[in-house]
Amino acid sequence: MWKFTVRRLLISAPQILLLSIIIFWLAKQMPGDALTGLIDPNISAERKEEMREQLGLNNPWYIQYKDWLAGAVQGDFGESFRYKMDVSELVWQRIVNTFWLSLVSVFFIYAIGLPLGIISGRYNDKLIDQLITGYTYIGFATPIFIFGLVSLWVFGFMLGWFPTGGSVEPGLEPGTLEYILSKLQHLLLPSLAIALIGTVGTVQYLRSEIIDTKQKDFILTARAKGAPERRVYNKHIFRNSILPIAAFFGYEIVNLINGTIFIEQIFAYPGMGNLFIESILQRDFSVVTALVLITGVGAIVGALLSDIILSIVDPRIRIK
Amino acid sequence: MEEKQTQNEQEQVIQKTPSGIKIFWKEILKDKLALFSLIFFVLVTAIVFTVSLILDKEQVVKVDLFAIHQPPGGDFILGTDYGGRDVFGQLIIGTRNSLWIGFLVTALSGFIGIVVGVVSGYFGGHIDNVLMRILDFFMVLPSTMLIIVFVSIVPEYSTLSFSLIMTAFLWMGIARLIRSKALQEKELDYAQASRTLGSSHFSIIFKQVLPNITSLIVVTMTLNLAANIGIESGLSFLGFGFPENTPSLGTLLSYATNPVTLEERWWIWLPAAILILVLMLAVRNVGEALKRAADARQRRA
Repeated sequence: MWKFTVRRLLISAPQILLLSIIIFWLAKQMPGDALTGLIDPNISAERKEEMREQLGLNNPWYIQYKDWLAGAVQGDFGESFRYKMDVSELVWQRIVNTFWLSLVSVFFIYAIGLPLGIISGRYNDKLIDQLITGYTYIGFATPIFIFGLVSLWVFGFMLGWFPTGGSVEPGLEPGTLEYILSKLQHLLLPSLAIALIGTVGTVQYLRSEIIDTKQKDFILTARAKGAPERRVYNKHIFRNSILPIAAFFGYEIVNLINGTIFIEQIFAYPGMGNLFIESILQRDFSVVTALVLITGVGAIVGALLSDIILSIVDPRIRIK
Repeated sequence: MEEKQTQNEQEQVIQKTPSGIKIFWKEILKDKLALFSLIFFVLVTAIVFTVSLILDKEQVVKVDLFAIHQPPGGDFILGTDYGGRDVFGQLIIGTRNSLWIGFLVTALSGFIGIVVGVVSGYFGGHIDNVLMRILDFFMVLPSTMLIIVFVSIVPEYSTLSFSLIMTAFLWMGIARLIRSKALQEKELDYAQASRTLGSSHFSIIFKQVLPNITSLIVVTMTLNLAANIGIESGLSFLGFGFPENTPSLGTLLSYATNPVTLEERWWIWLPAAILILVLMLAVRNVGEALKRAADARQRRA
């Protein structure tokens, strides 16, 4: 177990390093540098050169990279020239919003996916399973942005059941019950849109796991001992199938981030994905760099955690 | 006499082994949904490519301020958008562009995936190790974000650079599949025997391993085509797809980010949304039928 964890860590460390180099290189390709946002246009060329020297922009790339990385590790990503504030502060505000959106989405993903998967696996090839399989078949092929647009159109505009944008009703006092309720109300439709598409993989996986496990010897034994059907499903089969699903959560992070980029754009929800698109369009590249680095590291750490949990859950993986 | 009969039987058996294409056809003919999907897809492709030849592109993208936001009917079958441009014409050209880039990206990423997968699986050892570590790295990257960053900083951005950028982040799935299959295939007796008889690696890969995994390649690339159409339209929807003034299905959808358009002018974006969905489902239906045909155990009786 420890051997596997250490070996897995040894793969992740260079991944993060490589990612940071790529992002640094990309940042260098982006037009403009730290000075573009700071200087008013009247400043002389010599003064500009002096400031470049001061900020270390004339150093060779590896020294610049080292300085940049040292700053990034401490949460210093420079300043956003559009918002005129620290990138880390700006990004932090948006991360909190995206975190809530993702959390509620994850809740729905499992709240929808687990029951559907279990029913589908237990009654495989019956009518109810065919309905669920039909849903996963179509859900798998539906791009999340189309689903998001259509649900906003139908439930937000036509039926008027949900607010159509933003993260909270303006004018409410933070901390009050009304504020929290309004936040939840704004989260509901976007997170359901993410979950209904995102849960498809969980349903399909759980279904095939359960159908597989149903035919194993230990289930026959449990039945032969006279365990009631409910107990067989709830205790023996479900427990065996649920662990890998919990472990896949880390890999899900990448998908979740992908989904939030589209969904936040559609629902005008002020999260990271929304900030990312805005910043790219406005050429606010220090923000872009910070966001890509943070999500990239998040995805790498997520995959790492998933692999480690999987190795605990399923000893066969450790042998490799 | 008896000997002759068995010989006849043997000949019959040999005749009865159908070619791969025949099996595919049989499976598709049996699966009415897949057959319908295939016909639909071929029809849409044919219509879109021929009509866009006839269609006057200048006319389609020309701004006409007297015809802004006209609902369907009248002069324009599907109404007009915010610049008074014909939505139907944009739909045709957009579908053509989306399909075209779908094919291109599928072919490019398929090529890279097959090369990496076969080399990695066939040779194994250090080569496999290095290639798989690179693949793992690409798998874990936040690809949507990176594609968007590349798209917005590439100088002289064009359709070709767009498809190359997409390809760079989409070759891993097929590579991993092909690798595991090649890994199994090279251990089989026929490949080992060829090696013992002195065939070169090159000829074993091209004459024996590759032909044996063709069905897997065809199935995966069909399913990838469906996915790639979706990814392209998603990127175009966000505004990071085709270069400007080249409409795609996603471009029409991106007009719906304007709440008024979303709420009141459904004719601009809804046809494109439905078309993307139906096209992706159709391609996937065909892909699933091919998948069943490729696996003898799953074929329909």
